[in-house]
Amino acid sequence: MPECAALNDWPGWGINGSRGWTHGHNIMIVDYLPILFVITLAVGFAVGMLVLSHFVGPRVSDPVKLMPYESGVDPKSESHPRLNVRYFIVGLVFIIFDIEIVFLFPWAVIFRDFITDSSFIFWEMVFFMAVLLVGLIYIWRKGVLEWE
Amino acid sequence: MLTWGDITSTFPELALVVTALGLLLLETLREPPRDKLVWVGLAGIVVALVLEVGFPVYGQFYSGMIAVGDFSRFLNVIFLVLGGGALLLAVPYLRKTLEERGEYYSLVLFATVGMMFMTKAHDLAITFLGLELLSISLYILVGFYRNRVSSNEAGLKYLLLGAFSTGFFLFGAALIYGSTGSTHYDAISQAILNDTHLSSALTLTGFGLLLIGFSFKVALVPFHMYAPDVYEGAPTSISAFLSTGPKVAGFAALLKLVVVVFAVTTRHWWGAIWVLAALTMTVGNLSALRQDNLKRMLAYSGVAHAGYLAIGILVGSLESAFGIIYYLAVYGATTLAAFGIVAAIEKENEAGLEVTDYRGLARRNPVMAAMFALALLSLAGFPPTAGFFGKFFVFSAAVSEGYIWLVVLAVLNSLVSVYYYLRPVVAMYMETADDESPVVLPATLVPVLVLLVVVALGMGVFPMLLVSNSAVAAGSLF
Repeated sequence: MPECAALNDWPGWGINGSRGWTHGHNIMIVDYLPILFVITLAVGFAVGMLVLSHFVGPRVSDPVKLMPYESGVDPKSESHPRLNVRYFIVGLVFIIFDIEIVFLFPWAVIFRDFITDSSFIFWEMVFFMAVLLVGLIYIWRKGVLEWE
Repeated sequence: MLTWGDITSTFPELALVVTALGLLLLETLREPPRDKLVWVGLAGIVVALVLEVGFPVYGQFYSGMIAVGDFSRFLNVIFLVLGGGALLLAVPYLRKTLEERGEYYSLVLFATVGMMFMTKAHDLAITFLGLELLSISLYILVGFYRNRVSSNEAGLKYLLLGAFSTGFFLFGAALIYGSTGSTHYDAISQAILNDTHLSSALTLTGFGLLLIGFSFKVALVPFHMYAPDVYEGAPTSISAFLSTGPKVAGFAALLKLVVVVFAVTTRHWWGAIWVLAALTMTVGNLSALRQDNLKRMLAYSGVAHAGYLAIGILVGSLESAFGIIYYLAVYGATTLAAFGIVAAIEKENEAGLEVTDYRGLARRNPVMAAMFALALLSLAGFPPTAGFFGKFFVFSAAVSEGYIWLVVLAVLNSLVSVYYYLRPVVAMYMETADDESPVVLPATLVPVLVLLVVVALGMGVFPMLLVSNSAVAAGSLF
C-alpha cells in the first residue's frame, strides 16, 4: 500500500478551477423541448385513451357481456378462485429456464467463430449452466417439482 | 476477447459466488448442517478478502466494463467486512427465533457480490447489474421471516418501492445512452467534456433520474419513506446489513459516477443536491427525535447520515471524496455494531426494542453498555471518536468550496442528533430496570465489537488504517 502521499496535497484539493460549473454549457430552456414532448406524449397517451374510451366506447350491458371472458367458454366457477401456490412456483421456474434459453441462442450463433481462438466461450457457458444446475438441484430437493 | 487477466480481476467475487452456491447445495442435504453453515460463509468472505487485498489488480477488464484499483479495493474490503458482520450477527438472532437456514447466508453473500460489482463497475450496465443483485437479495432477506407479518410487510414495501426506483435508474441510463451513445463511463465522460453529446438537456435529465434511483437506495429525503418501516420489520441482523451495505455501496457508486463521469453535470444539479442534503439531514434528525423504538431511531439516524454524505457528493472535490470514503468506513462499522447490540438485546416476538428496555444495561452487562455508548457517541460525532473526524473531513471540504450555509445547517443538525443518541446512554447508565438480571453477550458479537473499537477509536490508535487507505482510494478516482 503506498504511503500517505496524497495527504500532503491537501491544500490544493479544494481549488479545482477546471471543474467550474459554467464550463461553456449554455443550456436553453428550448433544449428541454424533447423531454417535455416525451412527458406530454406519455401522459397524453394514458389520459387520452381513458377519456376516449369513456366517450367513444359503446356502453351496452347485458348478462352475456358482463360475464367474465374465458376464451368463449361459459365460466363454471368464481373468477377469483384460490390457486395453489405451486402454480406460481412452477411458473417462476419456467420463466427462469426460459430466460436461460434466451442467453443460449446468441451464444450458439457466435460459438463457431469464437471456439477457434480459445475454448473460453465453451467453459463460460458451462459455468453459466452449472449455476443454473445448482438452482435446479435446489428446487428439486426443496420439493418444487413434486405434485403429490 | 476475454483473457485470463479478466478472470483474475473478479476472483474475489467468484470465490463468494461459489461459496454462496455451495451453501445452497448444503441446504439441500437430507440433514443440512445448519449450525455450521455460517462458518462456510465466513470462510468464503475470508478467501475473498485475501484475494482482494493479497493479490491487487489494477486496470480495466472485461472490455472496459470493470475498472479495478485502489478505490474499488478499499470499498470492497468494507463490503466484505460488512457482509461478514451480517453473517456473524445473524447466528444468535436466527437461532433465537429458530429460523437458521442456508438461504440466509447465501443471500448475504450474493448481496455482497452485488455491492462489490457496483464499485468495480465502469459501465452503467454493470452498475445496474450490481445494484439489482444487491437489491433482489435484500428484498428476500427483508421478508425472510415468512410467518411474521411485519417482515412480510417490510419485504413487500421494499420490493415495490425498490422496483419503482429501479425504473428511474434505468430511464436515466437510457437517456444518457441516447444522448452520449455509450454506457461506458469513459465514453460518457468524453462526450460530455468534448460537448459531442446529442444535447446537454438530455444528459442532465438522465443524470437527474440516476440521482433519484440512487437517492432511493441510500434513503435521501424525500425518497426515504420506506426506510423506517423496512428497517423495523426486517430481521434485526438484516436491518444492520440494510442500513450499512446499500448505503455504503450506493454512495460509493454515486461518488464514482459524480467524480469520474458527471463532474460537469453535477455542477448543474447543485441546487437540487443542496436541497436534498439539507432536507435529508434535517428531516432525518428531527424524525429520529420522536422515536422510542431503537430500530426506527437508527433508521432515521441512517437517513440523517446520508444527508451529511450528500454534502460530500455535492462538493465533489478530491478532499470531499476522501471524506466520504472515510465517513462510509466509519459509519458502516459503528452502525453495524449498534444494530448488533440491538439484535442481541432483542427478545423473541420482537420485544425489547424500546429505549426503556435499555435501562440499567450498564449493570446488567457493562461491556455491551460501554460498546453501545461508544457506537452512539461515534455516530453523534463526539471528538475523540472516528465519527467526529468523518464529519470534520466532509464539512471542511465543503467549507473550502464555499458551501458555508450548508455546513452551518449540518453542524446544527449534529447538535440536535446528540439528544437522541444520548437517550439510550442515559437509560443504560442512569436509570434502573425492574428486572436487573444480567444480559448475555453472544460470542459471535465479539468480532463486530472489536471492529467497532478499532474503527471508532482508530484515529488515536491506528491513524493510518483508515485515513491513508481512504486517501489512496480517493486519489485513484481523480
